[in-house]
Amino acid sequence: MRKARKWFAVLSVLAVVAAACGDDGGDGGGGDGGEPATTYSEIGEGEGALELIAWHGYTEDGTTEGYEDFDWVTPFEDDTGCQVNVTYADTSDEMVTLMRQGGGSVYDGLSASGNASNRLIAGGDVGAIDPALFPEFDNVIAPLDPEDGTNNAHYVVDGVVYGTPYMYGPNFLMYNTEVVTPAPTSWDITFEPTLNGEANPYAGSITAYDDPVYIADAAMYLKTTNPDLGITDPYELTQEQFDASVDLLKQQHAELTGASWSLWTDEVDGFVDGSMVVGTAWPVNFSYAELDAPVDAVEPVEGMTGWADTWMISANAPHPNCMLQWMDWTMQADVQAEVGVYYGAAGSNVNSCDEIRSFLNEAYPGEGFDALVDTLRYSFCGDAEFLNSLYLWKTPSVECGDDRGNVCIDYSEWAQAWTEIRGS
Amino acid sequence: MAVTAERGSASTVRRTSAFLFRHPRTKLSLSLGAPLAWFIVVYLGSLAVLFATAFWHLDVFTTEIVRGFTLDNFQELLENDVYRTITLRTMGIALAVTVTDIVLSFPLAYYAARLATPRMRNLLLIAVVLPLWANYLVRVFAWKTILTPSGFLNWLVELTGAGSLQLGRSNWSVWLTFVYLWLPFTLLPIYAALERIPGSFLEASNDLGAKGWTTFRSVVFPLILPGIVAGSIFSFSLTLGDYIAPELVGNTQFIGNVIYDNVGIAGNIPFAAAYAMVPVAIMAIYLLLAKRAGAFEAL
Amino acid sequence: MESKLARILIKGGTVLTLAFLYVPLAIVVLYAFNDSVAQAWPISDYTLKWFGIAWRSAEVREALSNSLTVASIATLAALLLGSAAAFAVHRFSFFGRNSVSFLLVLPIALPGIVTAIALNSTINVLGVPFGVLTIVIGHATFCIVVVYNNVIARLRRTPTSLVEASMDLGADGWQTFRYVTFPSIRTAVIAGALLAFALSFDEIVVTNFTAGSTLTIPKFIYNNLRLPRNRPVVNVVAIAVLILMLIPVYIAQRMAGRPDATAAASKAQAAQAPGL
Repeated sequence: MRKARKWFAVLSVLAVVAAACGDDGGDGGGGDGGEPATTYSEIGEGEGALELIAWHGYTEDGTTEGYEDFDWVTPFEDDTGCQVNVTYADTSDEMVTLMRQGGGSVYDGLSASGNASNRLIAGGDVGAIDPALFPEFDNVIAPLDPEDGTNNAHYVVDGVVYGTPYMYGPNFLMYNTEVVTPAPTSWDITFEPTLNGEANPYAGSITAYDDPVYIADAAMYLKTTNPDLGITDPYELTQEQFDASVDLLKQQHAELTGASWSLWTDEVDGFVDGSMVVGTAWPVNFSYAELDAPVDAVEPVEGMTGWADTWMISANAPHPNCMLQWMDWTMQADVQAEVGVYYGAAGSNVNSCDEIRSFLNEAYPGEGFDALVDTLRYSFCGDAEFLNSLYLWKTPSVECGDDRGNVCIDYSEWAQAWTEIRGS
Repeated sequence: MAVTAERGSASTVRRTSAFLFRHPRTKLSLSLGAPLAWFIVVYLGSLAVLFATAFWHLDVFTTEIVRGFTLDNFQELLENDVYRTITLRTMGIALAVTVTDIVLSFPLAYYAARLATPRMRNLLLIAVVLPLWANYLVRVFAWKTILTPSGFLNWLVELTGAGSLQLGRSNWSVWLTFVYLWLPFTLLPIYAALERIPGSFLEASNDLGAKGWTTFRSVVFPLILPGIVAGSIFSFSLTLGDYIAPELVGNTQFIGNVIYDNVGIAGNIPFAAAYAMVPVAIMAIYLLLAKRAGAFEAL
Repeated sequence: MESKLARILIKGGTVLTLAFLYVPLAIVVLYAFNDSVAQAWPISDYTLKWFGIAWRSAEVREALSNSLTVASIATLAALLLGSAAAFAVHRFSFFGRNSVSFLLVLPIALPGIVTAIALNSTINVLGVPFGVLTIVIGHATFCIVVVYNNVIARLRRTPTSLVEASMDLGADGWQTFRYVTFPSIRTAVIAGALLAFALSFDEIVVTNFTAGSTLTIPKFIYNNLRLPRNRPVVNVVAIAVLILMLIPVYIAQRMAGRPDATAAASKAQAAQAPGL
């Protein structure tokens, strides 16, 4: 026991010393609200290298087995001399953890989704950019426009622009056409234990997205089905609204969900082997699942959440010029068109939609596939009204963003509530 | 000393080694200094900072970590049932994995230690250690593939006509995967302990009239208990802290997942650190008990 | 001594355990030849194309090169510091001796994620650039423990009278070490080094938090196992590593062929933890 006591003494001393000095580095720099850590206002000479964090499918370089024709990285490397090195992440959580390493000096940038972007902006991990550097901002679809866009809160804060818009897409309802009949039209199939007076026949084969941001999907559903709660924005929830959403999800987890997916390939596998028959999905999951399973996707009446990804540059980027050149490159219509065809999302550059149409006409002449561009499969490319209807991912914070003040629930509580939902 | 003097211009090596021999404390501090310094600075320092962080908290208004002493995190851990559920679940699976591994290890360990020829023994030991060289992730994914409804296990069960076994992603899958991953670590100390038992003990027991089971219970088991406990330390602690396998083959949360989930976007390092203290505390108790059982000598 | 029934049960159990250990590995091998990217069983078409793709992949080469570098440096550091610590704890009685031996079990007994977060925070605070160095620091922490455990287990079985006898016969410290001490611990050192190398080569949890953008084999596997199209390539890489390691493992086992050496080596092997 003497030795244990001595050991505890040593450790306590160390702890006090640690507490007295130094911070633990987990919070990034700046972040006192409003002031960007760095603003990039000019593009200089490329540094010859580029370190990116990206979602799978956003940085194809022709090495994916069976899809060697899809390559928008090698032309960039040839053009600018910046050799691209990509680290993939499957969740926004991973991206943020990676991005914060070394105070943001390891990676140059990331394809940030809305559930992470606001956190990175508030934490001073990403730098602001001067939109004048990128001529293609003129062609960005209206809702995402930095100046008067109606759906740009995930990358424009207090009028300051923090990145370049890339691809966007909905989280639609995917279902197995052979098992789920008639075709669903509402999210109630995933949230209600009883449908039309009978028990939900798909209980146990329903899937949900395994991430705290999914609470917004529940809130969005309650916005329509329980108007008394007064939910307006599913990411800005008061305590009462938040508790109702969490309760709905706890019920879903207990009675309806079979397995949820956080790895997108898990959902593809689930639909292919039949353990999942209906649930929320990304366009890329749909593209892969339909290769091996009879699936289709619909837009439910309550609406859909969605995501608009933005290339953001680190506040301490080791190769800022290469990153800025990459951001310009990925705003080009032809690049976004190629991504759109491969990934299934829509490019924020409106001209990319026509490019996709011509590509489909060339690749499949006479089949009329170009009309698909105006369907859910390609996220209704170019349709501003559709984009406005999406509840794009945002990082919830205490600031409600309207006259309610600072009474909304912060993301850290969303994460803890998610543990309660999943863990019990 | 005559020999040393005769060597005349004693080389610096000899003089240094002679000096060190006569000044054991210098030798001690030199030889222990480097590793201890490394250890204290890098490892203990990091742990101390993490320990301190558990008493700080995340300010939701600025999303920054405030370095003021507070017990909020621990309060949340105690009040909210789910953390207790997750902890108990993780400990339960860890225990189940440990027991299964011990049971699975025993036949092979006994065979290798007492029944096999030396050549066979070598081959068996290599056979046990070799899977460790197939990457951890690959082995987890192999089980993921085996356990899907269209995978090997279900195919095998259906082949025998016994219905179907669709484990998919579940606690059973997590248990099976962990049993597989940590089996070699549990096996080797048990093997070592069995091997150390002098044959004369067993003969004496036999001479005194004890049958197989009695010999095992009264002679073998008490002697190998430290080895069993030593092996169990690894299977228990490795299961307790793992977050990758539960994420890939499970459908619910374990201690490691909770810690990991609070570190990313949420940036709630204080809460993650507070919860991290739970497995640390559990392992500290486990290690103390293991030390009592003599496992440290069997390590 | 053992009854016939007991022998049958033991032999049967041994076969079962071996099957349990190797069937999944066999499946990994088979899937490396799988033509389709879907992971259903049984496999319908077989192909060799994944081997070619893995061979040509620049990523694989980079990951392999980084992993080998990191593992070598970490093992070297572990050898020097771990052996030194083992000698110190074995030879001398000093204040905090038991604490030191307790502390040196910690990296393996504590959950990997705790170590990972702790080190990540510290590296961020100290401003050390992420890369091979930080990975090595993370790995060396538990590699030292492995070597330490190995060497001290052997030292405890080596009578100190040998050292004294050597001194009496006129050898100095260095000669004693070279001719008496080292040969008796050599196999333990080698076994420890091999296991430290294996640990470092296989490590993913701590590496995820300390590597930055540097690619190691486990990180390569982590990135690609999640992509259905790249899974077969990962299986190929895993098998290649397994076959490559057959030789050193076999040699190490042969070198540790003496019964008490085997026991010491296995005790040390028990002290490793790849999933750390």
